[in-house]
Amino acid sequence: MIALLTRDLRLGVRAGGGFGLGLAFFLIVTVLVPFSIGPESALLARIAPGILWLGALLACLLSLDRILALDWEDGSLDLLATAPLPMEGIVSIKALAHWITTGLPLVLVAPALGVLLNLPGPGYLWVTASLLLGTPALSVIGTFGAALTVGIKRGGLLLSLLVLPLYVPTLIFGAEVARRGAAGLEVVTPLTMLAGITFGVIALLPFASAAVLRINLR
Amino acid sequence: MTLHAIDLSVSRGGVAVLEGLNFSLSPGTALVLRGPNGSGKTTLLRTVAGLQPPLAGRVEGGGEEIAYAAHADGLKAMLSVSENLSFWASVFGTGDIVAALRAFDLEALSDRLAGTLSAGQKRRLGLARLMVTGRAIWVLDEPTVSLDAASVELFAAAVRTHLGQGGSALIATHIDLGLDTELLDVTPFRAVWRASDPDEAFL
Repeated sequence: MIALLTRDLRLGVRAGGGFGLGLAFFLIVTVLVPFSIGPESALLARIAPGILWLGALLACLLSLDRILALDWEDGSLDLLATAPLPMEGIVSIKALAHWITTGLPLVLVAPALGVLLNLPGPGYLWVTASLLLGTPALSVIGTFGAALTVGIKRGGLLLSLLVLPLYVPTLIFGAEVARRGAAGLEVVTPLTMLAGITFGVIALLPFASAAVLRINLR
Repeated sequence: MTLHAIDLSVSRGGVAVLEGLNFSLSPGTALVLRGPNGSGKTTLLRTVAGLQPPLAGRVEGGGEEIAYAAHADGLKAMLSVSENLSFWASVFGTGDIVAALRAFDLEALSDRLAGTLSAGQKRRLGLARLMVTGRAIWVLDEPTVSLDAASVELFAAAVRTHLGQGGSALIATHIDLGLDTELLDVTPFRAVWRASDPDEAFL
């Protein structure tokens, strides 16, 4: 398991691994929003939490088809399936590797990009906290989507369509935590909902991902 | 451990391709599968390896003892030869890759990225993976594709060593490996197509 994680992380940061892709996309979105909205700092401050969450979600979506498709193309997924690793473990590690190479960098740069959007002071903490809590769910749900579409050539479009509705609850509660936090309101309710979604999908979805992957490998 | 296929039928895409296969593979022996393209050799090997369920019948004695090698080698282009091999060694819980590198004459290439290897060298690396799995039953699908004569000899020697250590091998191949093997021609077992159960295609 550890070997699979180190291999995926190593592949992620080497050339062509797609490590910078999500990060660059997130940067582009948040840099361009002030230009398209106009220089109204009050308006920007109001939409900043939502823009940061939307940018992070779309950046995450961009790299989902790499989670399993690359391993499927070069045959290593078949070989992993016959290795002494449980399929549930393989998909969990794949999701974790995706989160470390895509989700975690987004969480870390979000405060810096908040400056560009005139995010109010208390918002920095809550945007970072909500992303930290919410992005693992995006990776786990994304891995499920990747498992569903693994045998399909150019399955990216189908993958996005399948995964987007599943992302909605995380987006709603994550952005709500960030919005309330930035406005200085109480955040406990959306935060616990967000945590519930994240821990729930981490606990349950690997079994679904493993089941559909087994069927897709036939 | 002896591998048994009992009254095995295998299907591809919901259509039966081979029916009524019976064979067993005891330690120290190798069984070579023959049959024209599309006759179901790959499907049979995938079923034996546990990647897909049999349509009927069963496979016994395989499970966690099988090392499967497919048409694709499962190599990562951006990892070096030794990194690729070490990864599989740690997945299978064995440590030593030196013997495998030596057996397939890959020592000089061990620091090269797998993406820069030639097709034959990639295949040799893919086959070297079998040695680091530490598993007894090798299930190989056309292992000699893109190998030159010298590399085929290396591969045959590796299989011979494996059999000598009490392992066994089930190989789909068309060339003579110079091994003392049994032959199984799958052609007589080809399934007769019949449109009996229309629901089958949707399963």
